[in-house]
Amino acid sequence: MADKIKFAFLLAGGCAGCEMAMVDMSEKLLSALDHLEIVFWAPTVADVKYKDLEAMEDGSIDLAFIDGMIRSSEHEHITRILRAKSKILVAFGACAALGGIPGMANQHTKKEIFNQSYFDTFSTDNPDKVVPQTTTRVDGKYELTLPEFYENVLRIQDVAEVDYFVGGCPPHHDFIAKAVEAIIAGNLPPKGSWLTSGKAVCDVCKRNPANKDMARTQVFESKRIVDGEPDPDICLLQQGYLCLGPITQGDCGASCLNVNMPCRGCGGPIPGVKDYGARAISAIGSILGSEEAAVQLMEKFPDLTKLVYRYSLPSSLLASKEK
Amino acid sequence: MEFSPNIVGFACQWCTYAGADLAGNLRCKYPSTVKLIKVPCSGRVEPEYVMQALARGADGVFVGGCHFGDCHYKTGNYKTSRRMMLLTKLLSDMGIAKDRFRLEWISGAEGKKFAETITEYTEQVKKIGPNLFKGGK
Repeated sequence: MADKIKFAFLLAGGCAGCEMAMVDMSEKLLSALDHLEIVFWAPTVADVKYKDLEAMEDGSIDLAFIDGMIRSSEHEHITRILRAKSKILVAFGACAALGGIPGMANQHTKKEIFNQSYFDTFSTDNPDKVVPQTTTRVDGKYELTLPEFYENVLRIQDVAEVDYFVGGCPPHHDFIAKAVEAIIAGNLPPKGSWLTSGKAVCDVCKRNPANKDMARTQVFESKRIVDGEPDPDICLLQQGYLCLGPITQGDCGASCLNVNMPCRGCGGPIPGVKDYGARAISAIGSILGSEEAAVQLMEKFPDLTKLVYRYSLPSSLLASKEK
Repeated sequence: MEFSPNIVGFACQWCTYAGADLAGNLRCKYPSTVKLIKVPCSGRVEPEYVMQALARGADGVFVGGCHFGDCHYKTGNYKTSRRMMLLTKLLSDMGIAKDRFRLEWISGAEGKKFAETITEYTEQVKKIGPNLFKGGK
């Protein structure tokens, strides 16, 4: 390849964990950099400003990754600009593709969130009841501005057209390497697809009874992970621990299951799933052994919605519209 | 004009759909609010379908299956029952009115019960009003 691929990376509302995962590619990242020219990587890695991006020509970036969700007007503004400048835009990681952990805030109003953050927490000392304002006048002459905090968390695709999605919180570095190699080789699925192997976590999980020629049994008692240590070789669902492996993309290689933790669905839904949480309760509901087991599960997990939508609440079909 | 709700109904072909047929044969009257979709088994109704119907503006969603022990596929309706219990919880967490969704067991011999259920459910949905996704209040 004669010309290097012009590459941009933007952190919108996330925690920069996806950037860490990118760096975790280590040697593979170095060999990928032979083909990539980094033109923008803010605010974490490269010393470029938003105005540098704004000055670029439309469509001049070949490939752009965004991680993090849209929480404020700043995220929306810069995402729209990056979209205009890029030929291919990838929503990278659970926040960008699904809304992620911060998306659970959509179960609450902006007012509730502000109350919790600025008044109610034990360590907060805020006698003047100050909350962030979009504009403030200091000394009567300096006007200072802040981005607006939105009422709801949005996904990248809610504000700009996204070409590809990558799940994971963060995406597994081996999988990122595969995805980046595929992009460099130009070996891409149709636009709007997820970059995934298409296999579920259970498919790659060594505990799966189906992989061991064992029959599935029904579950009569649900347990939380604090209730004891699960047997490391037996399927967690069979032991009663709620695991979302059946409907989650297994590009992580079942990492959590390998360390005896249940899957919580960061990889994103397997192809064909429209609503992650709904499919999750469908999968869980069908292995429950009785109506009492369903009641016991709901008592055990009083906030079931936040469990099954841990990474995907803003992508739900009913995403917080009817309050 | 009086609000006439739009109810999406999923009916199992062995029981509830046969029950709806019987209601017709018996000349039972029930409101034309329900749009029935025949499914092989109530166990085929994904919670996703219910959510999608609501997201697209259905004022109510009705799922009908066989009585316990009557399922043509032996366990389908048990699965429906457990799934829909969890779905009810999810819907209430998301702020959807309880009456937007209803699950009922109606056999092929209960044409009258089908007509009564739809009549009653229509009244219930009328009370809570149009779905917010359709621009209700």
